[in-house]
This record gives sequence, structure tokens and C-alpha cells, in this order.
Amino acid sequence: MATPLVGYLLVAALLFAIGLAGALTRRNAILVLIGIELMLNAANLNLIAFWRYGPHPEALTGMMFAIFSIAVAAAEAAVGLGLVIAVHRHAQTTDLDQINRMKG
Amino acid sequence: MIQEETAFTPQIAASAITGILWLIPALPMLAAGAIALMKQPLRKASATLAIGSLGCSLLLSLVAFTHVLGGWVHGQAVRETVNFTWIQVGAAHVDLGWVLDPLSAVMLVMVCFVGLLIFIYSTGYMAHDENFTRFFCFLSLFAGAMLGVVIANSLLLLFMCWELVGLTSYLLIGFWYFKPSAAAAAKKAFLTTRVGDVFFLLGIVWLFSQSGTLLFYSAGAGSMEPLKLALLLATPSHLGMTAATGIALLIFAGAVGKSGQLPLHVWLPDAMEGPTPVSALIHAATMVAAGVYLVARVYPLMQAGVQLSQSGEVIGSTTALTVVTWVGASTALFAALIAVAQNDIKRILAYSTVSQLGYMMAGLGLGGVAVGMFHLITHAFFKALLFMGAGSVIHGCHDEQDIRRMGGLKVEMPFTFLTYLAGMMALSGVPIFAGFWSKDAILESAQIWSISRAPFYMLVLGALLTAFYMTRQVSYVFFGNWRGHGEAHESPGVMLFPLVTLAFFAVVLGFLGTPAWPWFRSFLENHDAPIQVSALFERGPALLMLTSIAVVLIGIGLGWRIYGDKKVNADDFDPLERRFPTLWTLFENKFYIDELYGVTVIAFYAWWARVADWLDRRVWGGIVAGVTGLAHIGAHISRLFDVNWIDGGFDKSCEELANGGGLMAGVQNGRVQLYLRLLALAVVVLAGILIWSVQG
Repeated sequence: MATPLVGYLLVAALLFAIGLAGALTRRNAILVLIGIELMLNAANLNLIAFWRYGPHPEALTGMMFAIFSIAVAAAEAAVGLGLVIAVHRHAQTTDLDQINRMKG
Repeated sequence: MIQEETAFTPQIAASAITGILWLIPALPMLAAGAIALMKQPLRKASATLAIGSLGCSLLLSLVAFTHVLGGWVHGQAVRETVNFTWIQVGAAHVDLGWVLDPLSAVMLVMVCFVGLLIFIYSTGYMAHDENFTRFFCFLSLFAGAMLGVVIANSLLLLFMCWELVGLTSYLLIGFWYFKPSAAAAAKKAFLTTRVGDVFFLLGIVWLFSQSGTLLFYSAGAGSMEPLKLALLLATPSHLGMTAATGIALLIFAGAVGKSGQLPLHVWLPDAMEGPTPVSALIHAATMVAAGVYLVARVYPLMQAGVQLSQSGEVIGSTTALTVVTWVGASTALFAALIAVAQNDIKRILAYSTVSQLGYMMAGLGLGGVAVGMFHLITHAFFKALLFMGAGSVIHGCHDEQDIRRMGGLKVEMPFTFLTYLAGMMALSGVPIFAGFWSKDAILESAQIWSISRAPFYMLVLGALLTAFYMTRQVSYVFFGNWRGHGEAHESPGVMLFPLVTLAFFAVVLGFLGTPAWPWFRSFLENHDAPIQVSALFERGPALLMLTSIAVVLIGIGLGWRIYGDKKVNADDFDPLERRFPTLWTLFENKFYIDELYGVTVIAFYAWWARVADWLDRRVWGGIVAGVTGLAHIGAHISRLFDVNWIDGGFDKSCEELANGGGLMAGVQNGRVQLYLRLLALAVVVLAGILIWSVQG
């Protein structure tokens, strides 16, 4: 057993924190999207790690969850990018500080 | 006095004329309604309507009279009634109705006839008055109401018409309402008669509660018929009187007010403020006689319980009739004394009317219905004649009423003079004239009254004074020198025609009731009227007649001696005033009765009104103000609570809600980044809570 579970979890937490920081601080919509993708992948890493060190490592349930999650994230990224393009067409910018019309 | 004889068969079934008897009062009333709607310039139409309707009533009255007369000739006592129920409340019911009997028939003809003549006279007298149509409207209403009083077979219907008569009297006395004295006289008349009417109404209510009916005659069940009278006599009342006496006295109080008897006579002389035809019609001939008529109508009640001898002669009297006699006799003497010292031509006649009404009352009390009613009928004719003659004089002297400012008019106004002289002689009781016979009948029954001789002497003295003051008046007006202003002139024919007609009746009417042929009494009392010339010369009546002739001659002689045909100045003292200044002042001021009422009754009422006013303002007003103040204070507290607590609480919570909303609205600023940050923050907080709770 080379690496303990904590190592994976630390990497995943670091990855999540980097993604969160990027999503919160960046003003560009595309970079915010990228931050979100990072956070998703941190979650995936956690899923794989818990599966591998869990009570039933022989079943493929954890890997299946991760693969589903990646597929959903891909679709989500596509939708998000589509939205960004639509917003850019409308507002001629991707700067989120200038897109402030999202209120009722 | 002879009771109703049974030889005459009573007849009760109503005939055709009784069925339409209601038309007699209804026609003038309808005419009054129609005239009330007419415009002022329609003078001729209104007079025609009024005279026409009363003429129709006179014709109907004559038909009714002939019907009753026909019954009398055939030995039937006609008393036909038509009754109907007016109000029904449970088992109790109030009936109204009318009656045709000798009493109402005679009265109907008199009222219609005298009324018609006065209507005709009024067209001349009021010719220049602006409110000619209004005058005829009131006159017609009066005639209708008076005829209603006459035919009423129910005390209630009689009372209604009685009050209508009082109303028209008020309206007509105050006809020239722009004169303050006329307006005051109208009020005085209304209020004074009201005093009597209150008692009258009490009597009506009492009678209804005791006998259950107000009908006079109703096939044995009426209140004037023996059955109910026996019931009333058997009912004891206060002060040892029976209910019959009590009710009779209360009803008599109503008659005292209306007929100007002591002590309620004060309104009648003041009523002369009205136009002279009104004085003639209402305040001499008809309305004031309504009180006498009322007493005659309820005579069975007045007489209830009287003792009869075996031959049907009345022995003694009842309490009610004794009261009637004393009131009548004192009024007769009292008013005659005042009349001696008056100078207004109409006022002398007014006091003379009061005095003659006293004679009628005394006649009723002493001698029965026929004696009183006979004087009523003859008096109506000659007093209407005198008033219209006075009106003619006033008209001819340019509205002068003071007899000291007239004089010598026999030359300028010969017709008025002759007719006035006829009236004066009838009133004084000069033989052959109507007043002689009717007054003689009263004196005769006074002479044989079993209780006291005093009324006889009072009435004789009254007769002497009557002859005296009438001579004084005629001397002042028609003899001596002219002391007035301008030229006197004779009145137009339309005014003289009624005078002549009435003068004719003032002479001949007395022959209906002489001792030789007492037709009037026989007719009213339903027995035969034999002609017995010898009755004139029986010792009693003949002596009495001689006495009364002597009295009249003394009166006229004295009057002529003092006042006759002398040249005097208008401002001279009266000869009597020079000789008896104290007495004269007393008479001239009407025994200070008005002043007495002024310092007693009226002062008391004024004081009482002030007390009531003070109570109203201070006590009741204070209580009301206090309650109002309390309510105000309560309302203020309630308002403070409302404003500060309820409204305040509500306002505050609304304000906080709005503030909170504003705060949250500030968060939703449309910046995606902020949303995301809040999300992250919330996640951190959630995570913190989770961790903390797991550890706890």
C-alpha cells in the first residue's frame, strides 16, 4: 500500500479549493466555468478514492459514479458554454461584473 | 215642565231624508274645499259657490223640517238615526251617526237660514276686502262644521265638529291678522274655549268608559236613553255625585267655554275684532249657541234622576241643572252690567250676547229644552239682525265703532235705523217682538223654580239693564247730533235685504211660542199644541207679563231720559259716569276680570313657563351636557388607544416588513459573482455547523 487515503483526499480538497477560488475571484465567465469544472473533478477524485479504500473495492460502483459524473459535467460544460456564448452575443462581453441584469 | 208624553208613538226607522242628512253639512264643507283651491281674483265664483251650497243645505233642511213636522202633525215622535261603526278595536267599537228629531230640525233651519242671509250680507260688507275668497272659504267651512254639530248623533262626532267650529272661529277672528289686536283676540278665543274643551273631552272619555257608547240614541242602547242613564245613575263617583252628574258637569264645562258663560266669557267680547258678519254669524247667532245646543242635546243626562210627581211634573232639580241655572243667571246679570258702560258698538252687542246666552242657559236649567232653545232661536235672529245693523252703521260711518262718535243717523240711514230698532226692541223684550215671548218663558219658569227665587230677580234685573243699555246705544247712534267724521251714508241693497228679512222674523217669530199657543215647546216635546187664548189671561202668566212689560218700560224710559235725543260732544263724560264714577269705572273695565286673570292664571303660567325654561336650560340641559361630555371623554380614550396601539402596531409591523424586503432586495443585485459568493459562504457556514454538531 503505497499512498494512504488522506493523500488523495488532500489532493482532492486542494483541487476543490483552487476551483472555488477561481470561480469566486475570476471576472471572466469562461474562467469561472473552468473553476467549476475543477471542483467537479475534485468531487470525482473523492468518489474514486472512497471506492478504492472502501469495504467493497471489487465492485465497480464507485468507478461507475465517477464516469456518470464526468459525462454529466461534459454536458453541463456544453450548456454553460452555450449560455456564455448567448450572453456574449447579447452583451458583447464576458465580464461578469458588467452582466448585472440577472434580477427579477 | 212636562215630560215626553207617551201618546206620541215613537218612530225610529230612518226615512230617505235622514239617509241623506249628512249632505247638509257636507255641501258647505265641499264648497269650502273648492273655494280654498280658487285663486284670489275669483270673487264672484267663490261667493256663488258658498251661497249656492248653503242654499242647497237650506232646502234640504226645510225638507227635513217638513218631514219632522209631518210626523208631529200625525202624532208621531220623529227621532230617526243613522249610525255606523267608525273604529273597531277588538270588542270595543266607536260609532258615529246623525239624528233627525225636532231639536236638530229646528236648529238646522235656523243655522242655514241665518247663515245664508249673513253670506249674502257679506258679499256687500266684504266687497272691498282683498281676501274675499279666503273669507268665504272660512265661512263655508264654519257653516259645514256648525251643521255637523247640529245633526251629530254621537258625542264624538259632535266634538269633532265642535273643534272645527272653534278652528274656524279662530281663523275668522284673526281674519285681519295684520292687526295685532285681532291676532291676539283669535289666540285668546282659541285658548279660552280650549279650557272648556279639555273638560268636555274628559266628560266624553268618562261617558265612554262608563256606558261603552257615545251615541245619543241607538234603539235603546244609546247613552241618552233610559237603560244607560240608569246605569250611569247607579255608578257612584267622587264628592257624593253619581257618574251621571259628573259627566253632565264636565260636558257643561265645554258649553261654558263655547257659549261664553262665567268664568270663561272673556274671549267673546274680544272676538269682535273679526269682521262684523263673523260677529253676527259666529259670535252671536250660531257658534256661541252651540254650547246651549249641546246642553239641550244631552238634556236627558242633565236631568237624569230628577224626581217626578204623579202627573209627570218635575219636582226640584238635579245638581247639574242647578249648576247650569246659577251659571246662566249670574252670567246674564253680570254681562248686562258691563254692557251698560261700553262705548264700542260691537262690544255692547257682544256683552249683550254673553248676557242672552246666560238667559238661554238659565232657561235650560229652569224650564227645560224648549224654553232655552226658544230663546236661542229668537235670539239668533234678532242678534244677527243687530250685528248686521251695527255692521251697516260701521260701514256707513267709515269704520267708526265708537258710539260717541256717531249720532243722528236716523236721517242718513233710515232702513238701518228701522231694522235696528226692531232688533233692539226684540232684544229688550218689548211686547209682541220675539224676545218678549222667549224671555217671558224663561222668567216664568224662574218664578216657579222650587230651589231659590234669586235667579228670578237676577234675570229680571238683567232684563231691565238690557232695555236700558240698548236704549242708550240707539240714542247715541241714531239720535242727537252728528259727532263723527265725514258724511254718513246708507249701505247697499245687498246688505239691507238681509236686515229687512231678519227684522221681519224678529217681529213674528215670537208667535211660535206664546202662552196662548206654545207650539215650539209642543213640537220639541212631542205633544199637541192647542190654541188657548185664555192662557194669556190666567193670573200667573198675566201678572208676570205685566211685570216684564213694566220692567222693559222702566229700562227704556230711564235710558231715554238720560241719553235720549240730546246734543252732546264726543269727549263729554257719560251722564252716569258723572253720577257714579266708581261703579262706572268698575263696569267699564269689565269688573277687571281680564286683569284678574292676568295677575293669577296668566302670571302663574308665565312663572311656570320660566321655571320650566330654567329647568330645561340648567337641569335637563346640564344632565344632557354631562352625558355628552362623558361620551366625549370615552371617545377620546378610545381614539388614543386606536391611534397608538392598534394603528401604531400595524404600521410598525408593515414598516419592518418593508425594511426587510428592501434589505433582501439589495442582495439580489443581479451580479452572478455575488450569488456565487453567498452560496460559498452558506456552504462554509453549513459545513461549520455540521462539523461543530458532529463534534458536540
